[in-house]
Amino acid sequence: MRASGRRTWQPRAEASPQVVNRGSGVEGSGEQAGMSGSLGRAAAALLRWGRGAGGGGLRGPGVWAARSSSGGCSAEQLDALVKKDKVVVFLKGTPEQPQCGFSNAVVQILRLHGVRDYAAYNVLDDPELRQGIKDYSNWPTIPQVFLNGEFVGGCDILLQMHQNGDLVEELKKLGIRSILLDEKKDQDSK
Amino acid sequence: MELSAENLREKLQRELEAEHVEVEDTTLNRCACSFRVLVVSSKFEGKPLLQRHRLVNACLAEELPHIHAFEQKTLTPEQWTRERQK
Repeated sequence: MRASGRRTWQPRAEASPQVVNRGSGVEGSGEQAGMSGSLGRAAAALLRWGRGAGGGGLRGPGVWAARSSSGGCSAEQLDALVKKDKVVVFLKGTPEQPQCGFSNAVVQILRLHGVRDYAAYNVLDDPELRQGIKDYSNWPTIPQVFLNGEFVGGCDILLQMHQNGDLVEELKKLGIRSILLDEKKDQDSK
Repeated sequence: MELSAENLREKLQRELEAEHVEVEDTTLNRCACSFRVLVVSSKFEGKPLLQRHRLVNACLAEELPHIHAFEQKTLTPEQWTRERQK
């Protein structure tokens, strides 16, 4: 384990073990400064939940080793990556420390729905990944969201799906129950 | 190819036969050349969000590699009317 004592859910395929706060190139920094309190809480919550099951909960090293040894970012590798988990996002930064307002929005939306177990890849750590994923999905920007191996869109689309209820439905198809449904049930039953 | 709000607006309007286009230069809010667009076109009818956005991306294929951040909203004329009534 690269970061000792950290049994947490960790973004996989990260080139460096520590999360580096890149000050420059931060988009929407105003939103981030304001949200630092809740991001701190979210991060703390993530640390508590972690990734349950055995093997220290870290499937990361296996994935990372496979990518670095081949030294590339081929369509086949990306294809395998996006199909490996039900929910896969490519971000600038990490869920604990998004480095861009749009990436942050994706993280927050997933958090709102109670989606904790998802794969997040930081494109800032890997220029090949950053370009490779754009070529793979034929989509010009980051963040990128994949559900069940299929490209869904970026931040704009995820936000609209969240607002119009489509995201709850899509998560349901993946066997993920959005906590927003539970909140609604609580409200209805009062 | 000039990266101005006006040029983008004109291109989107023309190629997507748009009823209404708004292009906002959001560069000051971001760290580099950035835009937010609203496109209203009947070409979006019956198309899911991703397909609509891809149409816009295709229209601006030449410009997008030079744009750092890009936000888009795509509506059919009917959706646009409803939104304006809110």
